[in-house]
Amino acid sequence: MGTNPVTWLGSPVFPKAARAALADTQLRRNLRKATHTIRDKRSKAVAELPDWEELRQAGEAIKDDVLSNLDTYLERIEAAVTARGGVVHWARDAREANEIVLRLAREAGTDEVVKVKSMATAEIGLNEALEAGGIRAVETDLAELIVQLGHDRPSHILVPAIHRNRAEIREIFRREMAEKPASDEPRDLAEAARRHLRRKFLSARVAVSGANFGVADTGSIVVVESEGNGRMCLTLPEVLITVMGIEKLVPSWQDLEVFLQLLPRSSTAERMNPYTSVWTGVTPGDGPQQFHLVLLDNGRTDALADQVGRQALRCIRCSACLNVCPVYERTGGQAYGSVYPGPIGAILSPQLVNDMHDKQAASLPYASSLCGACYEVCPVRINIPEVLVHLRAEAVEAKGRTPESVGMAALSWIFADARRYENAQKVGSLARHLAPSGRISSLPWPGSKWTSARDVPAPPAESFRMWWRRNRG
Amino acid sequence: MPAPRVGLFATCLTDTFFPSTARAVVRLLERLGCDVHFPMDQTCCGQMHYNTGYRDEARPLAAKYAQVFAGFDAIVAPSGSCGGMVREIHPELHGTSDAFARTYELSEFIVDVLGVTDVGAYFPHRVTYHPTCHSLRMLGVGDKPLRLLRAVRGLDLAELPEAESCCGFGGTFAVKNADTSTAMLGDKMRCVLNTGAEVLCAGDNSCLMHIGGGLSRLRTGVRTVHLAEILASTEEEPWAPTP
Ligand code: SF4
Repeated sequence: MGTNPVTWLGSPVFPKAARAALADTQLRRNLRKATHTIRDKRSKAVAELPDWEELRQAGEAIKDDVLSNLDTYLERIEAAVTARGGVVHWARDAREANEIVLRLAREAGTDEVVKVKSMATAEIGLNEALEAGGIRAVETDLAELIVQLGHDRPSHILVPAIHRNRAEIREIFRREMAEKPASDEPRDLAEAARRHLRRKFLSARVAVSGANFGVADTGSIVVVESEGNGRMCLTLPEVLITVMGIEKLVPSWQDLEVFLQLLPRSSTAERMNPYTSVWTGVTPGDGPQQFHLVLLDNGRTDALADQVGRQALRCIRCSACLNVCPVYERTGGQAYGSVYPGPIGAILSPQLVNDMHDKQAASLPYASSLCGACYEVCPVRINIPEVLVHLRAEAVEAKGRTPESVGMAALSWIFADARRYENAQKVGSLARHLAPSGRISSLPWPGSKWTSARDVPAPPAESFRMWWRRNRG
Repeated sequence: MPAPRVGLFATCLTDTFFPSTARAVVRLLERLGCDVHFPMDQTCCGQMHYNTGYRDEARPLAAKYAQVFAGFDAIVAPSGSCGGMVREIHPELHGTSDAFARTYELSEFIVDVLGVTDVGAYFPHRVTYHPTCHSLRMLGVGDKPLRLLRAVRGLDLAELPEAESCCGFGGTFAVKNADTSTAMLGDKMRCVLNTGAEVLCAGDNSCLMHIGGGLSRLRTGVRTVHLAEILASTEEEPWAPTP
């Protein structure tokens, strides 16, 4: 318990982490700009498709089928990958997965691996585990590289360095690269990264990737990306190791039609992403000659057992929910203390941790005003507000008796009877004598959390029900 | 056609803190020919309990609602979030009931059920409208409130920038994550002030209490007024601020 690296050890609870982030002016500006830009683009890209709602429903249905027949599909992909010359490994948790990758890298006789951007390997803390085993992991996605070179943590699923602006990126590159970028123009920054990475691509013997989709019928693995770094990693090295969450399956090749429309439009607001790589086992003389597929559980079967919570496993990591989230927009991703930030993080991370006594994880489902913007954009129709409320109920249960639970029970008791409720109204209404202006600007705790920034109206002398009784009763 | 028998679900917040809104609903619906009743046994829909994770405490309140509001042609609530709680969540807590299915948020009831967009109102002020999240995304009221406001004589409607962004209320979120909530409120207030409106209108007193609490704290001079009060206001009996 408490050892799942999906949440970062020592992270403060969300409200505390958020307070620090909210005070970071540069971060607020960077995030506001980035999220609003991609948000607007996404809604235009989606509006182009008249059958968007049908696509979302299809995406939901396919994923639900996969989740309810996961055992069958997993056996199917294992058989298909094996038949095509690949090797399948099963990892129950982060530790097992890291050990498998480390062992495979050692067997390949390398001390450096190149990496395709992958949430699964970030979730299990693979880079740190490899480093502890004497193997360097080189991130090749531009944003991921910025995070790695900056000794930083990711703050977004798709653009892990979204919290950084050009000037900050240039500083990081200057400090860490042999050949410094010429300016902070995007082209110069990209050029510097390209030169830095090219040498790595050409010398790497082992690549590690995640997977966007795994086709159960054929054993094909799909990686969707924008920069072409993935294509390099997936074709040049001799050994390719793919770490894939067990929920990433689709039943058949045909199903990709749905997801390859949903994902790019939701994610980067593109009609089609620039690079889609698909490979099936090993092809002699072409591409990596050794292929390993590590199927990762790490809390997923626990989430699957939860009737309401399991829909989070439909997620295709597009990050649309982050980009529209009013909380994420202001606090950024690091406040969530997990590789999965934003609305999906608030429902997925606590389920993977699977311990509501973990205060940080238990604070995540409350990191939402339940505005529903996430549900509206989610391409696989995950009802995020529903899962948030469901997980809050679990958090409440885990906490047992608290001042809050006593207060809630008392309120419920008052509301159960209209007379009790009216008496409470009358008592409460006496507070108006303390506020002749009609506004209350300061309340004792916990009301002080409200009045720190907001006035409260003083209750009027006559509630509506009293008025009704006097005039209509 | 006989006058529809309408149950008014005032909601505990409006009943207790904003009685002028509930009185406005009565006036407005009676003007539109409804037979309005206020069952005295009503209390609260249990939304705060439910959304904070206290499902068991919310359940009896759903049962109570089904019993109190049985037998009406329609039940009208001046709140998108309480209306949403009843129509979308109560069935999950208590099983289906006519009382849940026949519950409407005010603008839905006027536009969809009564089929009216011009309610004969008069409100000579510059107004901007904030679409509250649950009315928008849970109930899908769309532009119904705006259609009603556009038909109000004398009303100068200013478009609110980033209107669909949450104001940061979110029930206990405003207290549990007070800093984030306040940051959201700050941006909402900036948008409201940019419109130059004297009145911010919405269909939920909870969100209005939040935004209004901030506008009042900063002495911005912008007042919050519930949609029902604007629609109830007429030339003969114009809206007046409650003391
Ligand atoms: S939850 Fe939905 S919107 Fe969010 S990342 Fe996953 S698929 Fe995308």
